[in-house]
Amino acid sequence: MKQVVPIFKREFGGYFRTPVAYVFLIAFLVISISLAFSRFGGFYDSGIASLDRYFIFYPWVFLFFVPAVGMRLWSEERRSGSIELLFTLPITTLEAVVGKYLAGWAFLTLAIILSLPMAFTVAYLGSPDWGILVSSYLGAILMAGSYLGVCSLTSACTKNQVISFVFGLICCAALMFLGLSAFTNFLESILPIGVAGAISNFSFVTHFEAFTKGIIDPKDIMFFLSLTCFTLFLNVLVLEN
Amino acid sequence: MIEVKNLVKRYGTKIAVNGVSFKVNRGDILGFLGPNGAGKSTTMKMITGFLHPDSGSALIDGLDVATDPVLVKKKFGYLPESAPSYPEMTVQEFLGFIAEIRGFRANEINIPVDRVITLTHLEPVRKQTLETLSKGYKQRVGFAQALLHDPVALILDEPTDGLDPNQKNEVRNLIKSMASEKAVILSTHILEEVEAICNRVIIISQGKVIVDETPALLQARQPGARLDEIFRTLTLSDS
Repeated sequence: MKQVVPIFKREFGGYFRTPVAYVFLIAFLVISISLAFSRFGGFYDSGIASLDRYFIFYPWVFLFFVPAVGMRLWSEERRSGSIELLFTLPITTLEAVVGKYLAGWAFLTLAIILSLPMAFTVAYLGSPDWGILVSSYLGAILMAGSYLGVCSLTSACTKNQVISFVFGLICCAALMFLGLSAFTNFLESILPIGVAGAISNFSFVTHFEAFTKGIIDPKDIMFFLSLTCFTLFLNVLVLEN
Repeated sequence: MIEVKNLVKRYGTKIAVNGVSFKVNRGDILGFLGPNGAGKSTTMKMITGFLHPDSGSALIDGLDVATDPVLVKKKFGYLPESAPSYPEMTVQEFLGFIAEIRGFRANEINIPVDRVITLTHLEPVRKQTLETLSKGYKQRVGFAQALLHDPVALILDEPTDGLDPNQKNEVRNLIKSMASEKAVILSTHILEEVEAICNRVIIISQGKVIVDETPALLQARQPGARLDEIFRTLTLSDS
């Protein structure tokens, strides 16, 4: 697996060789932070020293931003034909998939970490529970990883970046809405509670919420990691056939 | 060195490559000819392991690309058609990336990169991004990355495409000078190229090998005729 390193370096550096990375980072921070301060977020009105009002929008913000990061992973290689060069180099498909995926994930992690001034603001204004902040950030990074796994897979399915973006967005939206209370209430009204519960268990939101409450449950971590591994496994299968 | 046995590739109902077999030894420069769509690129993609054949096999140095893909890919250098690359990287970054994947250590990457930059005369554009290069330079970058690890087998899909006559000549001389210790396959549309550097010609048409001989023997089929006339008679009568 040591060939993952050059793939990772090239892909991660690739974000910064064009203005894409800077546009993305600024847009992500501006939009996610404005949402927290908006009247929907009510960051000040809540009167609580926490980032709850900031992280609550993450599943929504990721819905648009992660497909934007993931769409180029494979579509771009397929469109330009460089995939032929890549796969005639002495690497396995798995190494290429993992290297590219980790680069995208590292980039998203960077975007999330750049929001740390929000945490410092809260710490300046009040005395937040740092345990909850740490677990929220951990949850956000893990959730970003799962979104990206889905988007990397959709990117491998097409050489058109727009299709890849839209398809990724739809898949992520499906996985997100499963956990929204309006949707689960509806499911519970038509399905047995056990089945409805099982379905909503496949949602990003259900598992992310625990992190924002300061609960680091191995089950939630396993959910994000196994979803990621599963999508990457499918990703390898798609590319090899 | 390179051995191709009965390769078959279908796209839907169309048979792109239909039982192609040949052998290339060390020291050979094989010219791979055929009309567009005859299956040249498809055959090369199967030899390099990028496409999986429906049946048949391709071996390099006795190793099957289907069973030992990574080992086989270490042995050859490949220039895909129209030399795809990563447009936002500079020549130096791109070659460094390939060298790293080829297993050179980070602190000794400059040695092979400098060697191929000199060999293919890329020094003036070393720090330029690939998207700003002319077609000729891009083609040479593609050629340079295929030579980085000094492979025993070279597979070149239209290596002189887009080059001006001087550059063509240079690339041909370069291929010729390396040929003694390598097995080279190059596909081309330019028949004079075959006369100039190849010591063997394969013509494929509709997915089948219709000629496999030396350029001299091909010429002897119709004494006095030009190679492209012979090519036309052979590939037309076949269709």
